[in-house]
Amino acid sequence: MAEITLIEAVRAAMWEEMERDPTVFTLGEDIGARGGVFLATEGFLEKFGEDRVIDTPLAEAAIGGIALGAAVNGMRPIAEIEFGDFIWPAVNQIIGEASRVRYGTQGRRTAPLVLRVPYGGGVRGGLFHSQSVEVAFAHQPGLKVVAPATPYDAKGLLKSAIRDDDPVIFFEHKRTYRLVKGDVPDGEYTVPIGVAEVKRPGSDVTVVSYGLVLHYCLEAAATLAGEGIDVEVVDLRTLRPLDTDTVLTSVRKTGKAMVVHEDTKAGGLGGEIAAVIAEYAFEDLDAPVVRVAGPEVPAMPFSPLLEAQFMPSPEKIAAAIRDLAAY
Amino acid sequence: MSIIGIELPHVGESVTEAVIGKWLKQPGDIVEKFDPLVEIVTDKVSMEFPAPHSGTLKSIVAEEGETVAMGATIAEMEVDAAVAATTTSHPDKTTAPSQAPPAGRIGTLIQGANVGPTGGTFRDTALEDRPRPPVDAAPAAPRMPGQGVPRRGYSPVVSRLAAANGVDLETLTGTGRDGRVTRKDVEAAIAAGPSAAQPLTEQPIGEDRLVQPSPIRRMIADHMVRSVSEIPHAWSTVEVDVTGLVACRSAQRQLFRERHGVDLTFLAFTAYSVARALRENPLVNSTWEDGTIRLKGRVNLGLAVAAPDGLVVPVIHDADREGISGLARRIAPLVERARSGSLALPDVQGGTFTLNNTGTLGSVWGGAIINHPQAAIVTTEAIVKRPVVLSGPAGDVIAIRSMMNVCMSFDHRIIDGAESASFMQDFKRYLESWSVDSELD
Repeated sequence: MAEITLIEAVRAAMWEEMERDPTVFTLGEDIGARGGVFLATEGFLEKFGEDRVIDTPLAEAAIGGIALGAAVNGMRPIAEIEFGDFIWPAVNQIIGEASRVRYGTQGRRTAPLVLRVPYGGGVRGGLFHSQSVEVAFAHQPGLKVVAPATPYDAKGLLKSAIRDDDPVIFFEHKRTYRLVKGDVPDGEYTVPIGVAEVKRPGSDVTVVSYGLVLHYCLEAAATLAGEGIDVEVVDLRTLRPLDTDTVLTSVRKTGKAMVVHEDTKAGGLGGEIAAVIAEYAFEDLDAPVVRVAGPEVPAMPFSPLLEAQFMPSPEKIAAAIRDLAAY
Repeated sequence: MSIIGIELPHVGESVTEAVIGKWLKQPGDIVEKFDPLVEIVTDKVSMEFPAPHSGTLKSIVAEEGETVAMGATIAEMEVDAAVAATTTSHPDKTTAPSQAPPAGRIGTLIQGANVGPTGGTFRDTALEDRPRPPVDAAPAAPRMPGQGVPRRGYSPVVSRLAAANGVDLETLTGTGRDGRVTRKDVEAAIAAGPSAAQPLTEQPIGEDRLVQPSPIRRMIADHMVRSVSEIPHAWSTVEVDVTGLVACRSAQRQLFRERHGVDLTFLAFTAYSVARALRENPLVNSTWEDGTIRLKGRVNLGLAVAAPDGLVVPVIHDADREGISGLARRIAPLVERARSGSLALPDVQGGTFTLNNTGTLGSVWGGAIINHPQAAIVTTEAIVKRPVVLSGPAGDVIAIRSMMNVCMSFDHRIIDGAESASFMQDFKRYLESWSVDSELD
């Protein structure tokens, strides 16, 4: 058992899978000689050579297209989109093409590619290095969308993603890379895609979250425990397919539900989760389903004060839970 | 092939358990999807439960006569493996306690961590410098719609739990915001047992007994007080010769049942007649509203029915558009629902006038209290054979006729004697228009 950061967990998962399976390779901007801007692939070029660690031009459409082409021809590419903010040129390759390969060929072809996407704010990245873009992909049938919050889940889920026969968009919150450390077993393990986890059991309020702000939810829950409010925190881990059973089981128990994400509120994943709860657990609800999310502004601001205002914080989340518990 | 559990389905809101009736398939039987599998009996419905999948019934878990909770496994079936894979069992909050992973696996946040993109000299100020606001200066939570407005009504789970456990929510003290009754309040009342959840029904006081009225009784009481204190009542009674109506009903009852599948009741005739008379006298189908009179656009006829808990008034909407058969077909299930206490909200909403058939109780005269805020109410009294003087071409004769009194109470703010008399004469004319060979539509 080792205590490692989330970026080390990502690195270890890729390293082990590339050692295990010669069809796995990685490509992206600055991932070779530089080792990636977040050093996710540090040392990979020396270990695996430039045939399996490919530096690409600044061309996300090409990164997506090459990964897709390789995937349908028997390889298992791990493509890195340097920042989630830059993913838009590759959307046609991902949503327009990759998501439809299995369906369009009646299962004769699959596209086993992984797109690693560093995303999210709180890193002073400003308008072009901070966005949460996950919901655009979570909307698309044919894709699997993963967003781990802990080193253990990041390593186990990334291994599952690489071994999955369908395209997986793997969202890694940039702020968690070196902020979150946790225990990871020394031996081989995987975490299944599509299974949420109750990170903290509680009886008064269900808080559903993922990514960085999951940790803020846990921090808020710890604060509120001292006030006699028992919060259950559900980590979605996978955004598509949603593990509705785990969410509904929790809401049926507590009767009160809140969704927390950094992404903006309108049209965010919180709306879908609130709808699932209203549709299937209506008779167990004791309060409106509440969303805590980023404000309706076009992008994460650069000013530290404004950025802090944008980001959900443990204090904001605790205040909202307190309010819901009192309802 | 795989074995899956067959769960007792949720058959209706507020129903939490059911009694297993007769098993229609036996272990070893091949079962097609939707084949009737077992009879299920609840306090609200009895139904045949169809097989959810095709396969073989392997074993019966819940025997006939057994009381089983909704969602519990009642049988096992052997089904195709693909079917089993897609059958996710209903999440059961009582049997699946949440298990959190070890704290080490969730991880901790490193204070002052360098979270910059390239691992340079970025200094994170968000966590280390974050001022901890004092508790009373915590940031405002997102405001909920309607917050601060006095709260009315109950949440879905509160309503469901109260109905399923017979908790009278009016007796509970809410601990939620603005005194809202929360799920926990209901659960506490259920845990405390019936004495806390329900009002004390009877208490001896010396030689007397003090009875706590049911919530419905209290509502009726309030409603009556409001009506007599707000509405200046006036009364009028007419005698109606229903000999023809009685003969018509006797002669055609059998044929009517064969043709329409329901009994030809006196109520269908009186409802038909009063609805037509209301259409011709719109002032009687109205409401006194803050100094103005609102003439109702629809004739929605309320029928006073004695239900186990007290008087209820289910409504036949647009009663004036129905013939005798249409009314008979609509009245029968409505009265049945009223007597069995299973009326839905739309069944009792929107009434514009009330018809009270007190005659079935043997009454021959009444002075009913108006169903507030309507303009009037009529009672149809017992049909009694009496010697009556009839005028004919050969002069006056005494005949034995079936007579019925119709009594009306009306809001004297809206209606005077003339209007009430006009309405009553129209009503009487309709009631006296039937004969043994009338065509019933």
